[in-house]
Amino acid sequence: MKHTLVALVENEPGVLNRVASLFRRRNFNIDSLTVGRTEDPNVSRMTIVLDSSVARVDQVQKNLYKLVNVIQVDEVTHQPFVSRDLALIKVRASAEAAWIASQFGARIIDHREDMMILDLSDEESRVEQFIEALRPHGIIELVRTGVVAMGQGSHTVQAAPQFA
Amino acid sequence: MELTGAEIIWECLLQEGVEVVYGYPGGAILPTYDALSKYEDRIKHVLVRHEQGATHMADGYARITGKVGVAMATSGPGATNMVTGIATAMMDSVPIVCITGQVPSGVLGSDAFQETDITGITIPITKHNFLVTDVRQIAPVMRKAFHIARTGRPGPVLVDITKDAQNQKTEFVYPTEPLRMPGYVPASAATPDQIERAMELLKSAERPLILAGHGVNMSGAERALLELAERAQIPVALTLLGKGAMPESHPLCLGMMGMHGAAAVNQAIQGADLLLAFGMRFDDRVTGNLRTYSPNSRKIHIDIDASELNKNVKVDVGIAGDLRTVLEQMLPHVPTLSHAAWLGEIRNWQEDTDERDIIHYVAPTDKLYAAHAIRDLWEATGGDAIVVTDVGQHQMWTAQYYLNQRPRSLITSGGLGTMGFGFPAAIGVKMGSPNDTVWAIVGDGGFQMTLCELATAAQENVNVNIAIMNNAYLGMVRQWQEFFYEERYNATPMHNPDFVKLAEAYGIPARRVSRREEIADAVAWAQSINGPTLVEFQVEKADIVYPMVPAGADLDKMIRRPSAPNLPDWSENH
Repeated sequence: MKHTLVALVENEPGVLNRVASLFRRRNFNIDSLTVGRTEDPNVSRMTIVLDSSVARVDQVQKNLYKLVNVIQVDEVTHQPFVSRDLALIKVRASAEAAWIASQFGARIIDHREDMMILDLSDEESRVEQFIEALRPHGIIELVRTGVVAMGQGSHTVQAAPQFA
Repeated sequence: MELTGAEIIWECLLQEGVEVVYGYPGGAILPTYDALSKYEDRIKHVLVRHEQGATHMADGYARITGKVGVAMATSGPGATNMVTGIATAMMDSVPIVCITGQVPSGVLGSDAFQETDITGITIPITKHNFLVTDVRQIAPVMRKAFHIARTGRPGPVLVDITKDAQNQKTEFVYPTEPLRMPGYVPASAATPDQIERAMELLKSAERPLILAGHGVNMSGAERALLELAERAQIPVALTLLGKGAMPESHPLCLGMMGMHGAAAVNQAIQGADLLLAFGMRFDDRVTGNLRTYSPNSRKIHIDIDASELNKNVKVDVGIAGDLRTVLEQMLPHVPTLSHAAWLGEIRNWQEDTDERDIIHYVAPTDKLYAAHAIRDLWEATGGDAIVVTDVGQHQMWTAQYYLNQRPRSLITSGGLGTMGFGFPAAIGVKMGSPNDTVWAIVGDGGFQMTLCELATAAQENVNVNIAIMNNAYLGMVRQWQEFFYEERYNATPMHNPDFVKLAEAYGIPARRVSRREEIADAVAWAQSINGPTLVEFQVEKADIVYPMVPAGADLDKMIRRPSAPNLPDWSENH
């Protein structure tokens, strides 16, 4: 089963290295890992997607907490949440590709020299369907950001104010 | 007052109560060594002969005192030589702080002379590490480093400080405001619900067994453990690093578990209906095959590190907390119990174990078995010395035959199994506990990995006694070759130097013992000398540590001592 963890970490050099080293050392397989800035300049936010057993995910959380720079870890999969994966896909310009893009709500953000760059931000599974739909038409270049996620409603993952 | 970064490093060490630093100078740490002349009246620096030795000495000092040990080295090779010692401390949760010089910040990342990414290298083997490039960061980082090393589950912390940061000046004030480390919150105590669930399991158990580990010694939980065991009449099995957690003369103390533990102890683990695991981590050397490990028991696990709970063995009640705190929470709820039938069953297993024990074997006078040598050393020292071992057969025999009556009286590398640990660690142990008699029991193989520290012991006149169990083999590897590799003794026979002459070359008095009746005299002689000594025991070459659980085998499927092959006169003398 897929589990999505959100980790708040101190915004310091080398933190991503520590997290990556932990996953490698403990042989935790991750589907995706993204890191970016947050509302607080001292805090970065990681979204980690794992395809593992519940017991394994529990170990991942506890080991993340052992890292001194990791402030908080939350599994957002436990409650209603939204997630987005962003893909940029370069295809040869064609009416079919443009039509598929419109069906998925993707935008054409560049179109020159017979090439189009399509931009879709959606749930991971939708992005994958989009890619599969385009594949018969030839994908020339593709990049994805990995998943970011956020709990819905009043559920928040925030560092307690005294730590910010 | 304005101080240089180098001076600030020493000021911080003084603030943290550091008495001794084990180190080796070099280019990138030279400013700090230059500043030493201002501080050497208040802090002792011990010049080692190899940086690995510095880390093991700091480690030994930390294990015996419970304080943070400190090692210092230069950048590049100085820092990488520390790696083995840091990993050793990490695996056994020992608080040390390693300070390394680094190339100037302006050339960081340019492959400068003696530059190495030591913070990158040590990420997986430190509890935490820091790279400091600004003099103003030295004091706050040093304070954090000591705090992280000594609190929670202790461990090594490395602080890498660039040469320019050591040379710059800044106003020195040791910070006193509360540390701001939002991501660092060590576990402390149990919840009432956890205590209640643990007590329910305890009250319904008929065959309970306590597994006492290093955490008992580290958290100072010996009294609480003893009280709990006595009141509820629960037998106690020890891990290697748990030795000393309970006096081994106590009737409820069964001795060591695991690969070379007493057979009776492993049988008790397999037969128990409740395991109370206190400050131990179900290492593969104590569990054997996890699938068949203690199959009929419920399990209560208390450990300071939450990630140890349910890591190897699934438990029924897992409590992340300081062991002493949790046991003291538990004690008011622990009833007076009796487990007479269970204790009787264990006693029968113990009698069987006892019958096969080499200690009852009367060897011919021209044969010296290491087990006998170590038992005689125990008797000759009144069982009261602090024993520091290296890694291998002698380590297991020491665990079996040098019985421990008090906490921190056996110092040994358990998790990493670092050959070369014993002798330098013993130097740190003696310096940390000068009133104790200290014996380093080492093998001929491991001793030769760090014997350069003989010069350190001589220079500092450290009163540590070295007992080499010399069988001219890498004995433990040889044992595996005998059992599992059809007696192909590849790369295990050793052509050794004359250890007595070697010691004498360093100005260290030394003796050789090859007969059992010479041991008591040699021990008394060594202990009468105020300074390092060496006693070489020429022991049987082809000897085996029994019993043995082969790696990954079921815990009660032990290779037991045969009555004949290695001991031809066994049946006649027994």
